[in-house]
Amino acid sequence: MTLKSALVLPLLALGLLVGSAVAHAEGSLDKIKARDKLIVGVFSDKPPFGFVNEQGDYVGFDTDLGRRFARDLLGDEKKIEFVVVEPASRIPFLQSDKVDLILANMTVTPERAQVVDFTHPNLRVAVQALVPDSSPVKTLDDLASKTVIVTTGTTADIWLTRNHPDWKLLKFEKNSESLQALANGRGDAYAQDNLVLFSWAKQNPGYRVLAQKLGDEAPIAPAVKKGNIELRDWVNTELASLGQQKYLLTLYNQYVRDQLAADTDPSAVIVEGGAWKP
Amino acid sequence: MASSGLELLWVSAPQLAQGIGRTLGISLLAIVFSSVGGFIYGVLRNLGVRWIDGVLRVYLELFRAIPVLVWLYLFFFGLPIFIGWSIPGFWCAVLVLSLWGASETGEVVRGALRSIPGGQREAGLAIGLRQLQLYGRVLLPQALRRMTPPLINVFTRLIKTSSLAVLIGVVDVIKIGQQIIERTYESVLIYGFLFVFFFLACYPLSAASRVLERRWNHS
Repeated sequence: MTLKSALVLPLLALGLLVGSAVAHAEGSLDKIKARDKLIVGVFSDKPPFGFVNEQGDYVGFDTDLGRRFARDLLGDEKKIEFVVVEPASRIPFLQSDKVDLILANMTVTPERAQVVDFTHPNLRVAVQALVPDSSPVKTLDDLASKTVIVTTGTTADIWLTRNHPDWKLLKFEKNSESLQALANGRGDAYAQDNLVLFSWAKQNPGYRVLAQKLGDEAPIAPAVKKGNIELRDWVNTELASLGQQKYLLTLYNQYVRDQLAADTDPSAVIVEGGAWKP
Repeated sequence: MASSGLELLWVSAPQLAQGIGRTLGISLLAIVFSSVGGFIYGVLRNLGVRWIDGVLRVYLELFRAIPVLVWLYLFFFGLPIFIGWSIPGFWCAVLVLSLWGASETGEVVRGALRSIPGGQREAGLAIGLRQLQLYGRVLLPQALRRMTPPLINVFTRLIKTSSLAVLIGVVDVIKIGQQIIERTYESVLIYGFLFVFFFLACYPLSAASRVLERRWNHS
């Protein structure tokens, strides 16, 4: 241990000096430009938003939007570093300055808005529930006496815990595990962002999504560190200008369209130009 | 099905190899640092100096009581916030696992040294060995035989615990597996692969420990 701290401490001290020098000298946009690289936290296992393709590249709706940001801010879409985040680690990554921006399908909630700053939204989402076709469940109220599956830390998990503390929840770490659990009959319904459910229901016949929504429709938005007004405003301007080019629709067509039923209206999913309020 | 499964593994081989590299890299470095730190800890605790004992016990109790995950968060997210030190995820995982592993290894070493009969120490001192020689030639070689099985246990736990590093952004082999599962829903195949990988990573340690024990029993 003594040997290790002898090695590590000087390195850390050096990092501290370099880090604080940069932080004091410039604003957040200048810092990114000086580094010549945008650091973005993304999901790596949540298709179609952020996932890894067969070639091992980070791709998806959120991930490609990040590349576009890098292109418009730094002149090259390759000037970006992706950091893999988990639902629970998104906020700490921002707070500790490990990333500039989180583009990881983050739903805007009042609690989260207290600790990070959200830009204007790029997507909208509601929580719904998926049940097998054969299930007797017709409305949300029927779920009170059933077991509801949720994925830990998701909006569905938080909403149900707050609004229906008496309901029996069965929690899993990953979306795929929750879906597997529903398929295996470990629970009666799976509450999750509706896009995920519609996509699953389309690919796996034998399931239906309850029409009733759990809570209100909510915006999904990129997030920056609390107080990083400069970057937040840049993203807002960027989203507005991308909206004029209908850029999100391009991403929607590439990643989302074939996941959903053919008659889905894109504007029910994407928010072009950042202009939408629940 | 079987052929498409093999095909998926083949196509994903470069990604899986990257993940294996990170998992083994973190684990092996942590095992090396834990061993060095643990031996130092064990010998220092055995000296019976009061204040050293006190300091090391605080260290031990902290790493015994507080989960590794919390330490990872503290070092990775806490240090930049509180004192401005930013350690890359990989090295943060190596550091935390080493500190944790050293406390576990250290207790094993301490216990093994204590179990050597006092006569050995006295005999060593009687023939004029200095402290370093006493430990290097008499006490540690004997203790090593007794500590090998529990040490192997600590090492395999280090390999398995390395997967927590995904929470600080290190894409280890399990995370690579989850990325493939979320894209393809091939969970049985991928978890089967992980099963084989972790078995192959941990089993040689057990095998080596058995060979050593057998050899020592003969000599």
